[in-house]
Amino acid sequence: MSESLPPSLATGGSVPPGPDDRTPLARTADDGGHGTAAQAAAGTGRTGRRGLLHGGVGRNLGLVVALVALCVVGVVTGGDRFASLDNVMTILRLAAVIGVLSIGMTFVITGGGIDLSVGSVLGLASIWASTVATQTMAEDVHWVVMVLTALAVGTAAGLVNGVLIAYGKVVAFIATLAMMVAARGLAEMIANRQTQIVDVDTFLDAVRGDVLGIPKIVWVFVLVAVAGWLLLNRTTFGRRTLAVGGNPEAARLAGIKVRRHTMYLYALAGLTAGIAAVMMLGRTGSGSSTHGMLYELDAIAAVVVGGTLLAGGRGTIIGTVLGVVLFSTLTNVFIINNLSTSAQSVAKGVIIVAAVLLQQRLAARSRGA
Amino acid sequence: MVDDDTRGTAPAGPATTPATTGALLEMQGIVKHFPGAKALDGVDLDVRPGEVHCLLGQNGAGKSTLIKVLAGAHRPDAGTITWEGRPLALDEPVQSLRAGIATMYQELDVVDGLTIAENVFLGHELARGGFTQRSGAAARTRELLARLGHGDLPPNREVGRLSAAEKQVVSMARALSHDARLIVMDEPSAVLDSGEVENLFRVVRQLTSDGVAVVYISHRLEEIRRIGDRITVLKDGRTVATGLPVASTATADLIRLMTGRSVEQVFPARATVASDAPVLLEVDALALQGVFADVSFEVRAGEVVGLAGLVGSGRSEILETVYGARRATSGRVLVAGRALPAGSVAAAVRAGIGLAPEERKSQGLLLDEPVYRNVTLSTFARYARGSLLDERGERRVAREQIEALDVRPADPERHARTLSGGNQQKVMLARWLVHGCRVLLLDEPTRGVDVGARAEIYTLVQRLAAAGNAVVVVSSEIEEVLALSHRVLVVADGRIVHQGPADSIDEHAVLDLVMEGSAA
Repeated sequence: MSESLPPSLATGGSVPPGPDDRTPLARTADDGGHGTAAQAAAGTGRTGRRGLLHGGVGRNLGLVVALVALCVVGVVTGGDRFASLDNVMTILRLAAVIGVLSIGMTFVITGGGIDLSVGSVLGLASIWASTVATQTMAEDVHWVVMVLTALAVGTAAGLVNGVLIAYGKVVAFIATLAMMVAARGLAEMIANRQTQIVDVDTFLDAVRGDVLGIPKIVWVFVLVAVAGWLLLNRTTFGRRTLAVGGNPEAARLAGIKVRRHTMYLYALAGLTAGIAAVMMLGRTGSGSSTHGMLYELDAIAAVVVGGTLLAGGRGTIIGTVLGVVLFSTLTNVFIINNLSTSAQSVAKGVIIVAAVLLQQRLAARSRGA
Repeated sequence: MVDDDTRGTAPAGPATTPATTGALLEMQGIVKHFPGAKALDGVDLDVRPGEVHCLLGQNGAGKSTLIKVLAGAHRPDAGTITWEGRPLALDEPVQSLRAGIATMYQELDVVDGLTIAENVFLGHELARGGFTQRSGAAARTRELLARLGHGDLPPNREVGRLSAAEKQVVSMARALSHDARLIVMDEPSAVLDSGEVENLFRVVRQLTSDGVAVVYISHRLEEIRRIGDRITVLKDGRTVATGLPVASTATADLIRLMTGRSVEQVFPARATVASDAPVLLEVDALALQGVFADVSFEVRAGEVVGLAGLVGSGRSEILETVYGARRATSGRVLVAGRALPAGSVAAAVRAGIGLAPEERKSQGLLLDEPVYRNVTLSTFARYARGSLLDERGERRVAREQIEALDVRPADPERHARTLSGGNQQKVMLARWLVHGCRVLLLDEPTRGVDVGARAEIYTLVQRLAAAGNAVVVVSSEIEEVLALSHRVLVVADGRIVHQGPADSIDEHAVLDLVMEGSAA
């Protein structure tokens, strides 16, 4: 797996992308039933949001316990290969792209919606940005132009979703399903089904490498997560998101512009898909219409396991981050132990159910106390 | 032995008990604990065949728990239940149904996607060898519907297409299909308007004349006066009075028993409106195609205007259109002389109109959010610095309102879901007071609010008016509209058929106008 390679190899410039490049996380084949279970867990969950400890660690105790247990398994089976700084960075790098998507997804789901298109939009944005780099202006292109292109494409696709859902009254599942299919197709048309190698050095230099010993894409994930936490918990935008997801009619009758806000939420998810596209371009050194395949399911799984209510009205960024890290740690433990990806998928299904059940029990206990 | 086999071959009417005044049902010393709370703490109830026994009590008094015990949904921790002189164990709902006790829950428990007949026989389908007998079920359903005065409803109609009143008839037909000897009705009139309540009463009288006993739960004392025979009052999980004859018990006594304090007057006096008070709300020839037309009225500062009419007459729609939640097809709404753009709630709110909607839970509140966020739902952006929330400021202003309106418990962190109906209504009012609204639209302000808290809401409405606000009240209870308002508009079939001072018209006159209008 390219993910487990040390960064020095991954930055070689022309690593062929392809099916191998998607993270093993993307192979989770168990998205059938955990949504409702997690929903039930969140539904009975403690909902006080009086402080970081209370709202964050307290409510996510189940996830923290699962993560610690997984780390114990990692240390026992992998020893130093697991418990090394290099490996921690590997895990975080693995988590970063899906993590950024998951932050946007947390907003959409908290706002009462769903976005199935983020993976495809990621692919489209990567193709668009790499086309700018490889065809139009070749070497002259400034790396900022590439970044802005990816962000603009992602946001625009999100806006289309938002307008269709908020003003066209198309069900979110259908509208984003259509975008998922169409964006992937458009990416294939533009790229002629070819992988587009990015050899703009300024771009690769800008998005690759470390800052303070930590890979830049991990920094991006951290920044997006912190910004997302602030946005959800400390701003009027976040409050509107909770209101719109919790009771759209009450929000409307209180004078909140529900449709406009809904549109913003999908645009935000599109923006995170654009950011993720930039990260992907940097990591793989190429744009590809297969980038981000099935990432939307991983993002949804992470968000829901994290404790965000699938029905809307309640969301947790910290839970989402823990959910993403939990899944990438799981993948890492399996790779270290040379276990098959099929066994990994089974384990993922079990973990999803176990994390949710544990959360349910803990929530019930803390409520009874 | 009455109910060994009640399916299909049961006699047309329920067997009547021998002519005794002996109790059909006797419950003694019923106790039910829930983790952390004692819901029932010694409840006694005796019901005679053929009577309407009313169960009164404030929210939280234990009525719902008691009827769940009767339905076999909760197993009591202590106490005895005697049915026709023999002890009865109610551990499961099916035992209760077999004995002949049927329950009609407050939230209608019918399945929208099934037909009337399928709903009536849900759980005890007429079947032979595993195949449902549709024609048999349809025939039986038709009989039951005819008995309930709704022979016109086709048994194969999908329940989702029925009105709330018709769904209730289905629910009642289901109770009868079990050959119930005792039917528990939990606030059956809550979803009905005056005309439909009449039909309900007719059905109840017919049931009792057949010897069926009815346990009737309602917050509306005037209904109990009309339909009830005896009353049992619950307070804090205990029976405080049982077997009170309806005819000879004064309303004031009932209120005192329920609340534990005397309510001097349920309806507080209205302050007079100054003749030079400015007009705050002006509605000019407002129309919504197919719903109402040509609606014009004014509300002055300090004035309460009531809209009376049947469900479906357009009264709630008028309120919602004034508020911009529906886009008027023509006409204007002016606040303090300035016209509002049509169909914009945000503009109405900005201009100072606040709506306390009919369905507080589904249209008004964020049930799983704390009270303070519900109070500031339309103002949090105003308290924010830039777009950063000021939660401390929000909590402070919510606490002020909680004190001013006496919301109980006085905790801004409590989730709205845990509050009683009356306190939820106060939270809605607090929202608009924080906003500085001067025009308050109240749609069914006391629906789901118990008697003690109703008086508080009434006092609050008068206080708000006296403070110079303009208030518009819509209510199905004509008595309430007449007592609260300075001026009454009677709405029938989407038109205002009468407009005048509340003192110059009485309940009967309003009803006449309403009926006439809908007949036309």
